[in-house]
Amino acid sequence: MKIAMTALALAAAASPAFAETRTVAPGDGAQERLQEALILAKPGDEVVLQPGRYVLTDGLSLDTDNVTLRGAGMDASVLDFTGQEGAGEGLLVTSDKVTLRDFGIENPKGDGVKSKGADDIVYHRVRVTWTGGPKASNGSYGIYPVESTGVLVDGTIVSGASDAGIYVGQSRKITIRNSIAQGNVAGIEIENSRDALVEHNLATRNTGGILVFDLPNLPVMGGGNVIVRDNLVVGNDTPNFAPPGNIVGGVRRGTGVLVMANDGVLVEGNTITDNPTSQVMVVSYPMAFTDKRYNPYPRNVVVGANEFARGGYDPQIEGKDMLLAAFGGALPPVMWDGLSQGATGLTVAPGVDGWSLNLEHQGQKTTDAKPGPLKVAAPTTTVDPATVGAPAELEARLR
Amino acid sequence: MRRFAVLLTAALAAAGAMAAVPHAPHPNDAVIAGKDLPPTLADYGFFTDAPSQVPAEGVTPYRLNTPLWSDGAEKLRFVYLPDGAKARAQGEGLLDLPVGAALVKTFAFQDHGKRRLIETRVLLHRADGWLALPYLWNAEQTEARLALAGARVPVVTPDGESIAYRVPNKNQCKECHGLNGAVVPIGPKARNLSRDWLAAQVAAGRLDAMPKVAASLPVWEDRASAPAAFAARAYLEANCAHCHQPGATASNSGLDLRWEQTDPHAIGIEKRPVAAGRGSFDLTYDVVPGHPEQSILPQRMRSTEPGVAMPELGRQTVDHAGVEAVERWIAGL
Repeated sequence: MKIAMTALALAAAASPAFAETRTVAPGDGAQERLQEALILAKPGDEVVLQPGRYVLTDGLSLDTDNVTLRGAGMDASVLDFTGQEGAGEGLLVTSDKVTLRDFGIENPKGDGVKSKGADDIVYHRVRVTWTGGPKASNGSYGIYPVESTGVLVDGTIVSGASDAGIYVGQSRKITIRNSIAQGNVAGIEIENSRDALVEHNLATRNTGGILVFDLPNLPVMGGGNVIVRDNLVVGNDTPNFAPPGNIVGGVRRGTGVLVMANDGVLVEGNTITDNPTSQVMVVSYPMAFTDKRYNPYPRNVVVGANEFARGGYDPQIEGKDMLLAAFGGALPPVMWDGLSQGATGLTVAPGVDGWSLNLEHQGQKTTDAKPGPLKVAAPTTTVDPATVGAPAELEARLR
Repeated sequence: MRRFAVLLTAALAAAGAMAAVPHAPHPNDAVIAGKDLPPTLADYGFFTDAPSQVPAEGVTPYRLNTPLWSDGAEKLRFVYLPDGAKARAQGEGLLDLPVGAALVKTFAFQDHGKRRLIETRVLLHRADGWLALPYLWNAEQTEARLALAGARVPVVTPDGESIAYRVPNKNQCKECHGLNGAVVPIGPKARNLSRDWLAAQVAAGRLDAMPKVAASLPVWEDRASAPAAFAARAYLEANCAHCHQPGATASNSGLDLRWEQTDPHAIGIEKRPVAAGRGSFDLTYDVVPGHPEQSILPQRMRSTEPGVAMPELGRQTVDHAGVEAVERWIAGL
């Protein structure tokens, strides 16, 4: 007995000093009680959501480092923002080393969870759902880390976002994996970010499955060094429901993987099927821009060996009928606009078929295309897996 | 016996409180600069008569030329400086207030012909930085208590709209007051304070020198006689720039609405939105010269829908005068 007590004391000593668990239950005053727990939490504390539905009227926020918000499961502890009256997102995180896990968020009016300038954040088994299905009136992003270094998104499910389900912007050292993005405009989007690993996800029933973008005029520029591997990118065929005017409003229904601008992207080992416009699309930024820091071309983009099955059979592209006739009823898996930079701008593994719009300059309209077969070299560059992904310390928090 | 002791304690406490009134017309420096989160506004002693908003010694009222609009709330602003402390002028920017200083702002609405206090926000300059805390007034108007998690309070705005007015939570204070990871004041920039008020502070020894200001923001009530660009840029500075500037909450948008920003693209002219979502209203640019109806910025000012409405925090209704000033500027570009 005495030995057991000693062991218990030792175990207690090994856990963070004075870490506290603050348990919150659903019911009356949930908004204030939960928000107060998030404010009063000290570094090392855990805020625990008991099972049930939390009816919330305002956005929540967390601004203390090293706090865990943990529910009883993504379907058991649900933060319901259907009646939200204010704030731009359901939950806003602005502190470092935060872990969000095992809860669901429904019908936020703006974004689901936004973490801004929040380094070393973990999203684990979090669900964000707009329950009415794809609608332009849904919020923009489900899971939205931005301006952060160290992001691990694991085992999440996001559906219904009118922009991107899982969107990582202007960030570094990112892993998105084991997640499901379904029925969003963009399933998973990596924008103006570096050192990202996107693996073992399912992107389905989105307008576009997985997007790797670089855009001008953002504070953080120069996206690249990204690996998209071992994902299922299947049946992304939902008509684009982005509110008009949106950059993702230009994503064509039926896009599997889209790479735009960027330096160093490897697309390999994925199963990409039933995407009616194109399984993989590699393009330059199509619009005019004035930002001198911006490079609109794809550089060092490698399409390696992927499992391509049926696709390109109903492309949302000008001159569709002629194209289908020319290519024998379905477009080959890789579509390129014909623009890239350097000898290794776009390379594809031997045996990967594709076609090119053969555009001659950036900003040219696709109606000027002179389509033809894809003729590019075999890869001589790659992206080193050791240089991408979230820091190992984040991984350790899942255990 | 026990009951007697309780009574005695209560009597002593009452006597103490009564005795405290004549001896405590001065704010409590230990509370202001301390480490605690005081549970009531009265703990600070900023007012000799808080319900009537009569300031204590060292607490000076001020106004901003162009203020932040908050559903038309009346705002009573005060700055507190400890005895002998001085603010320092820093060009046209924020006055540099020393540790121990505080900013106090009360929000009120008219209710049946009487002023009803809703909340008082305090911004305390402590040794480890600024701390923002919201205090919620009770229905009896006798006491304001700390409301860390914020609140919603039914009010009728001056435009006659019945709303659930939002008192922000402590973290939301930082959404607007956060800059490069720290909490900072927003309002008292020299360029947004009257020359007379600044001169009076210098004369009273509360400000080290008259700040050098190239161009002050126009007084909002006189905006009709100010150049359209001045009125609009002043409005955007006071209502938007605390988030829309590098290092602040909306930095990732790339939109910088500070008064001093001169790059047309940075202030939205022919700038595409980044993460506006459905807030882009099928429009291409934030600001289209000559065409307010094609510009995203005023459309978001006109919205009251969470996720679309701008600013994201601090309003439930539309500031028609603000929209008008911004549209007048865009139309004339």
